[in-house]
Amino acid sequence: MGVEGIGARVARKEDKRFLTGKGHYTDDMAVPGMRYAAFVRSPHAHARIRSIDVSQAEDMPGVVGVLTGREMLDDGIGNLICGWMIHSKDGSPMKMGAWRPIAHETVRYVGDAVAIVVADSVGEARDAAEAVAVDYEVLPAVTDTVAALEDGQPQLHPEAPNNLIYDWQIGDGAAVDAALAAAAHVTEMRIVNNRLAPNPMEPRAALGIYDAGEDHYTCYTTSQNPHVARLVMSAFYNVAPENKLRVIAPDVGGGFGSKIYIYPEEISCLWASKRTGVPVKWTCDRTEAFLTDAHGRDHVSTVKMAFDADHRIIGLKVDTIANFGAYMSLFSAAVPTYLYATLLSGQYDIPAIHANVRAVYTNTVAVDAYRGAGRPEATYLLERTMETAARELGLSPAELRRINFIRTFPHQTPVIMNYDAGDYEASLKAAMAEADWDGFPARKAEAASRGKKRGIGMSCYIEACGIAPSAAVGSLGAGVGLWESAEVRVNAVGTIEVLTGSHSHGQGHETTFAQLVADRFGVPIDSVSIVHGDTDKVQMGMGTYGSRSGAVGMSAVVKALDKVEAKAKKIAAHLMEADESDIVIENGALKVAGTDKSVPWFQMALAAYTAHNLPAGMEPGLKEGAFYDPSNFTFPAGCYICEVEVDPETGKTEIVQFVAADDFGNIINPMIVEGQVHGGLAQGIGQALLEGVHYDRETGQLLTASYMDYAMPRADDLPSFKVSHQVTPCPNNPLGIKGCGEAGAIGSPPALINAITDAIGNNDLDMPATPQKVWAAARAAAN
Amino acid sequence: MYATTYHRASSLADAVRLRGSSEEAKYVSGGMTLIPTMKQRLAAPSDLVDLRHVAELKGISVNGRHVRIGAGTTHYEVATSAEIKAVCPALCHLAAHIGDPHVRHMGTLGGSIANNDPAADYPAAMLGLGAVIVTNAREIPADAFFTGLFETALEEDEIVVAVTFDAPERAGYSKFANPASRYAMTGVFVARRADGGVRVAVTGAGADGVFRHEGLEAALAGSWTPEAAAGVAVDPSGLLSDLHGSAEYRANLVTVMAKRAVAAS
Repeated sequence: MGVEGIGARVARKEDKRFLTGKGHYTDDMAVPGMRYAAFVRSPHAHARIRSIDVSQAEDMPGVVGVLTGREMLDDGIGNLICGWMIHSKDGSPMKMGAWRPIAHETVRYVGDAVAIVVADSVGEARDAAEAVAVDYEVLPAVTDTVAALEDGQPQLHPEAPNNLIYDWQIGDGAAVDAALAAAAHVTEMRIVNNRLAPNPMEPRAALGIYDAGEDHYTCYTTSQNPHVARLVMSAFYNVAPENKLRVIAPDVGGGFGSKIYIYPEEISCLWASKRTGVPVKWTCDRTEAFLTDAHGRDHVSTVKMAFDADHRIIGLKVDTIANFGAYMSLFSAAVPTYLYATLLSGQYDIPAIHANVRAVYTNTVAVDAYRGAGRPEATYLLERTMETAARELGLSPAELRRINFIRTFPHQTPVIMNYDAGDYEASLKAAMAEADWDGFPARKAEAASRGKKRGIGMSCYIEACGIAPSAAVGSLGAGVGLWESAEVRVNAVGTIEVLTGSHSHGQGHETTFAQLVADRFGVPIDSVSIVHGDTDKVQMGMGTYGSRSGAVGMSAVVKALDKVEAKAKKIAAHLMEADESDIVIENGALKVAGTDKSVPWFQMALAAYTAHNLPAGMEPGLKEGAFYDPSNFTFPAGCYICEVEVDPETGKTEIVQFVAADDFGNIINPMIVEGQVHGGLAQGIGQALLEGVHYDRETGQLLTASYMDYAMPRADDLPSFKVSHQVTPCPNNPLGIKGCGEAGAIGSPPALINAITDAIGNNDLDMPATPQKVWAAARAAAN
Repeated sequence: MYATTYHRASSLADAVRLRGSSEEAKYVSGGMTLIPTMKQRLAAPSDLVDLRHVAELKGISVNGRHVRIGAGTTHYEVATSAEIKAVCPALCHLAAHIGDPHVRHMGTLGGSIANNDPAADYPAAMLGLGAVIVTNAREIPADAFFTGLFETALEEDEIVVAVTFDAPERAGYSKFANPASRYAMTGVFVARRADGGVRVAVTGAGADGVFRHEGLEAALAGSWTPEAAAGVAVDPSGLLSDLHGSAEYRANLVTVMAKRAVAAS
């Protein structure tokens, strides 16, 4: 390991511009003639549009144009799509209702767009948006996940009777029923996974630029995957053919999944730019973000876990209802199916698993992947159930887990996944040692002397990252392949550009991807630039989500580096009249092993471009590309232990210790990995303790539409985390890495809730564990 | 934000004159509530009359135990005033825990009590201290000043100039913050005078805004101890119930915060 190579704690190259306010975000972009958009949004959760009168708005000062969904339909702009096809257990395809970017007949959630106003300033656009007169026939609404399926509820889409999108299953139901019948003990729970708003620091924004001379569109947008955005806008929304549409995702301030999807607003800005003849920029405000960013989670489940007399799990039965909101967002269909139910085996050897999942429409904003996407829901369900079972069986939570750990690899679960490597005992052991598990009773007694209830809880999570082998996901219904591309360009003076289809919106790719190159060629990372986020620069890519940039994106870079290295060695061997098999690359030079002969890296690069003295038949230049398609998911896993003190008088929970022991395989930059874990833990703790989206059940109004009511985690809500790593390298990719972006958010909620329920002696507690809820649960336990 | 016209008042008389020039004008001081409300397009004053440069609203003076705080005094200035701390540290503690550093450097005492947010901290202090609200027209006892949610006894063009009070022998403030907004979900200000008189004022919990709690006052007049407060069961009727806390939960918090305020006094 060099000071800048693999494994080094290199300070993030990108942070200087972020921390000094020199980043370039979509809202920073300005082009000549640019105007500003505001959207007219439905104030009703469900209504029929009788008419839209734009005449008054059109006469307002500064207004360039007011456009409606009918005009968009007339221009042939297509419906928004869901890119993953799920079939119900009866074989029928999922029931997808039409989602128009701008509604012209029916609105189905508060915030649904009904018109776009383009004006000289943001203020004038908003003033005019308020002057658009929409005559609504208000319809009854349903927002609750479970209620949506009940008889007599409002119906959202004619395509989906009873609001049921699909009724899907996985696993062997008969085997699980037999296990339940034969069980020595069955633990049953009802588990609610609370709905979350993603809240990236940078709200969404889009700038649509139509060039009439070239008949060409440019879209700056806050996207985690600009190439997918271009593909979808071209192939499905008929905005423009791919060669006439450039999508640029410049600096992006966080996504957490919510910026994967292609939203109505960027489509509308592009379309409106052509319609009005001016570049059109829109930037979301925070309440608009709460209303229109795709939310996360929102599952209601029941679970039955069957044990034999030796406390081995012999069967697991899960029934889940997943709230999809008013429309099916881009990845929504995959989240509660292949990203959720396939993880229900956890770290445990479970012979029989059956899960049934029903997805439902409600009059709420769309729900889609949010940091972890399905895996947090699976982990929360499983790990709360394990902890509960341990209490019921009178075993320590660690002991019950140990009895059931998978210990040999590869391991085929009954729910598709084939775990390639892991050592769950190692993380458990490390976490318990770090947490001083054995010292807990003394700490509990000391806390009791201060009037505090102290509790401890654990969670042993597994997740699947590096999504995913293209043929496999294709067979499961994915509309795209999930490979990644890379191109390595060595310039004539030896500096290097790495073009990647991955996209960084906080992950630190400009540093870690450069570390790969520094490690390989011994060049300083400052001579390496990472290029991403522009469809005109990078040919194609699938973007960043699902902790895939390391396992998939970097693997593509490695493949391209292999090719560059091979050619560089050929050139150097030729220059030094040596055999290429004797060439080694060290400290920025190509050397003949065992001799003092060497050629500096830059000189080899120059030789490639002068082409005065290359091996016979060799093409000039030094630029190589690669596509990498993973052969399996990767399986990060770990053990989290949380210790809390509850104030029984107020119900307030203080996290007094949080230990994370993770196995991410090999690690490129430990500092960045720790940062990812810290951020993930903060988000998971936010879900467990603070965050929750609430819609009014009667009116469908969003009650948590600002930070006055939506509680985000803050620094003083969080302890100083104790983070460690145990390493079993991933055997299926060249770097042996598994991915770390989501683990914190996946593993932490059950650890925290298990700790609180341990403290108060009442297991009847749902997230978020607000002071009010904890106070009530503690009181109920005391009475 | 809708377009608005900004005016800087140079004196109280100038402020009243400027405000009178338009039906839809509003006074603004720190603007910690008004400006965000305007940004959300929930308020649309045609004109803003800025009181921050009015000399009559400035200054803290303490004579013996008599305290006078100009309405334009920021929370930071109150929190860090050695003069106030010497006679009424509970008020400094309260001011030091309003909002965040930005808010404390911009927001003013006068602005806070004129706005009378049901979850604001200062109304509890004014009521608990039995302060007098001095305006450009008259003096209003705190008991008569806070009249309901975001409602006060102030006339349309009336300006809070200062507050005055005699520092109590003992006082304390304890608040339980709303996890989202960090406003008071329940805050209780307790004060005991040398003559044994006790006042207990509650913010954040009342459906009609800040209020005094007679049961707690009687209990603490009998015994100024945390235990005495803890023994008082608060009736949840008339208390706020929302997403963050039911009336029953807030009733419990009133007792607990009163107990802790006494312990801190």
